[in-house]
Amino acid sequence: MADDKKFAGFICTGCGIGDRLDAKQLEMTATRDGKMQTCHTHEMLCSKEGIELIRNEIDNEGATHIMIAACSRRAKVEAFNFTDVAMTRANLREGVIWARPDTDENQETTQEMADDYIRMACAEVKFMTKPTPSGEQGLNKNILVVGGGVTGMTAALEAAAAGFDCHIVEKEGELGGWAAKWHKRIPYRAAPEGTSNSRTAHLPGPIDNDVADLIAQVEANDRITVHLNSKVTKTSGAPGRFSADITTESGSTTTENFGAIIQASGWKAFDIDSLPEYGHGNPDVVTNIELEALAREAGDGPIKRPSDGKEVKSVAFVQNAGQASEKEGYLPYHSGIGDLVAIKQAFYFKEQNGDDCDTVILFDNLRTPGAAGEDFYRAGQQRMITFTKGEVKEVTSGGNGATVKFKDRILDEDVDLDVDLVVLDTGMVPNSGPDPYAVTVALEKLPLEERDAAKEEIEKQVAEQAVSIESILNLDYRQGTDLPHLVNGFTDSHFICFPYETRRTGIYAAGPVRRPMDIKQAQDDATGAAMKAIQEAINASQGRAAHPRSGDLSYPSFRREGCTQCKRCTVECPFGAIDEDEERYPKYNEARCRRCGTCMGACPVRVISFENYSIDTVGQQIKNVDIPDEFEEKPRILVLACENDAYPALDQAAMSGQEISPWARVIPVRCLGSVSLSWITDSMNNGFDGIIMMGCQRGEDYQCHFVRGSTMAAERMRKVGDTLSTLNLEPERVIVHEVAITDIERAPRLIKDMEEVIERVGLSPFKF
Amino acid sequence: MTEVVATNETILVVGGGISGMTAALEAAETGKQVVLVEKRPYLGGRVSQLYKYFPKLCHPTCGLEINQRRAKMNPNLTILTMAEVTGLEGEAGNYTATVKLSPRYVNDNCTACGECAKAVEAEFDNEYDYGMSKRKGAYLPHVMAHPMQYVLDPRIIGTDDAQKAKDACKYDAIDLDMEEREIKFPCGAVVWATGWQPYDAAKIQPYGYDRYENVITNVEFERMADPKGPTGGKIVRPSDGKEAKNVAFIQCAGSRDRNHLFHCSRICCMASLKQTHYVTEAYEDAQVTIYYIDIRAIDRFEDFYQKVKAKDNVTFTKSKVANIITDKDGNPICRGVDTEGYNRYENTHDLVVLATGMEPSVTKADFPVDIVINREGFIEPDPANGAVFAAGVASDALDVNRAVQNATGAALKAIQVVNRVAGAEG
Repeated sequence: MADDKKFAGFICTGCGIGDRLDAKQLEMTATRDGKMQTCHTHEMLCSKEGIELIRNEIDNEGATHIMIAACSRRAKVEAFNFTDVAMTRANLREGVIWARPDTDENQETTQEMADDYIRMACAEVKFMTKPTPSGEQGLNKNILVVGGGVTGMTAALEAAAAGFDCHIVEKEGELGGWAAKWHKRIPYRAAPEGTSNSRTAHLPGPIDNDVADLIAQVEANDRITVHLNSKVTKTSGAPGRFSADITTESGSTTTENFGAIIQASGWKAFDIDSLPEYGHGNPDVVTNIELEALAREAGDGPIKRPSDGKEVKSVAFVQNAGQASEKEGYLPYHSGIGDLVAIKQAFYFKEQNGDDCDTVILFDNLRTPGAAGEDFYRAGQQRMITFTKGEVKEVTSGGNGATVKFKDRILDEDVDLDVDLVVLDTGMVPNSGPDPYAVTVALEKLPLEERDAAKEEIEKQVAEQAVSIESILNLDYRQGTDLPHLVNGFTDSHFICFPYETRRTGIYAAGPVRRPMDIKQAQDDATGAAMKAIQEAINASQGRAAHPRSGDLSYPSFRREGCTQCKRCTVECPFGAIDEDEERYPKYNEARCRRCGTCMGACPVRVISFENYSIDTVGQQIKNVDIPDEFEEKPRILVLACENDAYPALDQAAMSGQEISPWARVIPVRCLGSVSLSWITDSMNNGFDGIIMMGCQRGEDYQCHFVRGSTMAAERMRKVGDTLSTLNLEPERVIVHEVAITDIERAPRLIKDMEEVIERVGLSPFKF
Repeated sequence: MTEVVATNETILVVGGGISGMTAALEAAETGKQVVLVEKRPYLGGRVSQLYKYFPKLCHPTCGLEINQRRAKMNPNLTILTMAEVTGLEGEAGNYTATVKLSPRYVNDNCTACGECAKAVEAEFDNEYDYGMSKRKGAYLPHVMAHPMQYVLDPRIIGTDDAQKAKDACKYDAIDLDMEEREIKFPCGAVVWATGWQPYDAAKIQPYGYDRYENVITNVEFERMADPKGPTGGKIVRPSDGKEAKNVAFIQCAGSRDRNHLFHCSRICCMASLKQTHYVTEAYEDAQVTIYYIDIRAIDRFEDFYQKVKAKDNVTFTKSKVANIITDKDGNPICRGVDTEGYNRYENTHDLVVLATGMEPSVTKADFPVDIVINREGFIEPDPANGAVFAAGVASDALDVNRAVQNATGAALKAIQVVNRVAGAEG
């Protein structure tokens, strides 16, 4: 095998590299120390000629492993895109010459830096192989949609229009979900072009419910199979090869294979009866959901109140009932669409009960965003709907029908409003399955020292709650049956830029299970989720990773004979990608994996690796840094930097003229979660004086796209102190920092700080 | 020379902000050929000029780094910067696009070494900082710009500076003879993601944006908070550079207003709550006043609102500020009536930030095709639009998360069309 490998090095002298560094020496380092079989120097490696030089070496000279020493791996990516070989890049520009002052006294240390980066890159590439997909799954153009409401139906129709087949699994006996029950719909369009600016211009009012039409489209679509009165009772596999058991009420089960899954399980109504202050026990106090039924029953005629069938002549809408409050038993969020719903329903009364029907909306902050939202508010004002900023204290059974006691915030007075009917704006509760991480989330809210003691009790509580929460997907994953929750039970993505960044690859939540939303947004969301589902089915068939390492073909494998079955990898994988096989060894599911390497960092016996990222590819870089003996007084600081934030921050620091310590040797890592403790002990043993790990922000607003990488690194490193003391080393030699991509000044400063620590505690005694 | 290889199975994405980038990348990562056209010399649009996002207070550049890496690595994606779509003819599945390419005067040889910028002397207002700083006549738009290539300002062409820049370049990357040119290529579907621009604050006459130095807009304030920005991240008054500790935010500046924009721009409440954090974090003795009609913290953003509301040094006043005057020291004074109790106020601040709204950046007259828009100029979904699908803020005032959600869906709409063209349904 070894004979098949051919190592070729390429050194660029452009962008000042050749002026600042001794290129001859770099070449010698690459061939002598780095054992490159050939090494070319070019004055502009990214130029057409430079690329041809590399191409020729691969195509005609049989190079299989190439080392490019030029600019940062973030620069000229398109030019140096050699996917048919194993490739690494030594960062001589941003990493060395731009990070160091161009003066004679710095020349020696700058050259040493560059030589080291070449040694490191050569060592790395020797332990890399070109990633090849496993071929574990083929192209499966079949999408499972769980939930047959507007979101699910839209997702299925949109996927079908792109040429994919879909199965909709709906637990009820008919399609349509909540929206099918609505009398009318909130208008989703603003006033059309050409509408005048006058106060009397016609603005869109409530529109007809078009869910029946959507149902008809689904039923007429050859690509869509509908399973009514059905649930998903088991889901196994991975993107591209999911297998789902679909079980009907009567107990018969069919099994289907899918490329990807969309979870559109919708929402449940908040139980307002749990809050007696809203007086829902009074028949003339109804929720906004109940009002839809009353309006429908009335047809186009007047809406009557439930208690005595009297035609309603006055109605008050109590907004945010049981929502947006820290109070016990309330929802801490609000559904966001309640005010639009109230305006729509106030229209019902104006249209069906007559213009003389008093309609008052008691709001806190009226939320009618966007162009269509604001026009609808304006349409409501035109229709003489009264909007009152009021703080509702209580709804009681008054003489007439019901009395709303509220504080009028504008007039600053307490008001008792007697009305025929009260409509409560109740909130949306997500219909999610049990959160696989409920215990972890609860524990992390406690101070570190209390966690161990509280664990048992929390596990018990979570287990008790889980009994009452029905699973939606029944995943047979090692890490729980359902999608993880983000907050308040919603399964939303944690990332603003990436609303479909799911924590279970190939399974996309859409609609109000993800976040409270109206029909318009749910349809947008369903279309987006269908896009991602299709994309994942295709990518899985090619062995390509999903976001954020999109297209990555490498995936983890493990050395079975070394594995101790400790289960850390299966427990710590943030994406639930690893199961355990019958013999209790880890079982990797390529298409579920996001290639972060958290499993690699978790493994105490170092048996997990990727083709191009492994214990060795980093470990060998560490071992190949030249450590000067202690009399030279040149410390060495290892920086393990997250490739998405800290590494670009250091790049940008150099680009902006910031100096980076000449003692630093920076290695980008996929995630701090992938950092193996062995790298830390190895570097200490090799004579490094300090180690800095730079990862993303952790905690509630974590920034890590691999969820817990930074958190886990911090946890693991807490234990490194013991190792250091057994080596008789000071604990401050190893530190974990949270670094953002914008920390252009701070990141170099953190390295400088380590220089000062080393000055204080002295050089490592482990230099040989 | 940018050559575009395209067929009627190609998807054209117009606009390289976060919505356009998302649509382009999602389609390209599904194996479709995509041409992305961006007017600016770099991708990222307005998001690249934001310091932090609400509600997580994380950095937009983090997502930009991921998206740019996706773009760099994807062979299905062709990016045209300094480019504008000037014509679109044909019908769904069979369009011909005309694109005007403005000269960058820098070719792909550019290594971003920066020697040209050192050589050039002329300086201009920096658009990236909304004119609050200066940049050279040869410049890298910002430190994360993609493509990572310098640009020559057309105003130095024909001057000594242009020659100096050329002479400084060791890589033959500067081409002073570049000219504006027009290219045509086929495409099957179009994602229209041209985004927004801040409403012109000078039009809100009573607030005196054009008269008072210490009345600025929220987009300008955002640059000020950024350590890479014109003040190095210091929150100061433009008039005298003094620390701005007493800051007022005026909501709905130009939005929800019959005289300006009818619509609610959706993001400005959350943006001001976010910017309140900038002030309270910068100064222990900060005082912030938010003048508002409604605080529109939608659904789970409520949390963020409540946290800001709980701060002792932040005051919420339900009022549309009537007008702003200044005192002799240049302090802006907001005057109006607090509608909760109808009390008049006249409050002096160090700095006033106008939470100006978003309006579509392309007006009806500038669309290369006939398209259905609403009164506010946002594109409505309509069969009459053929295979032109709006994405992001071109379709409504949306926050980043919703814009991306919307753009992901728009990518699928485009894919449906090109799949039909390819007959790939079966």
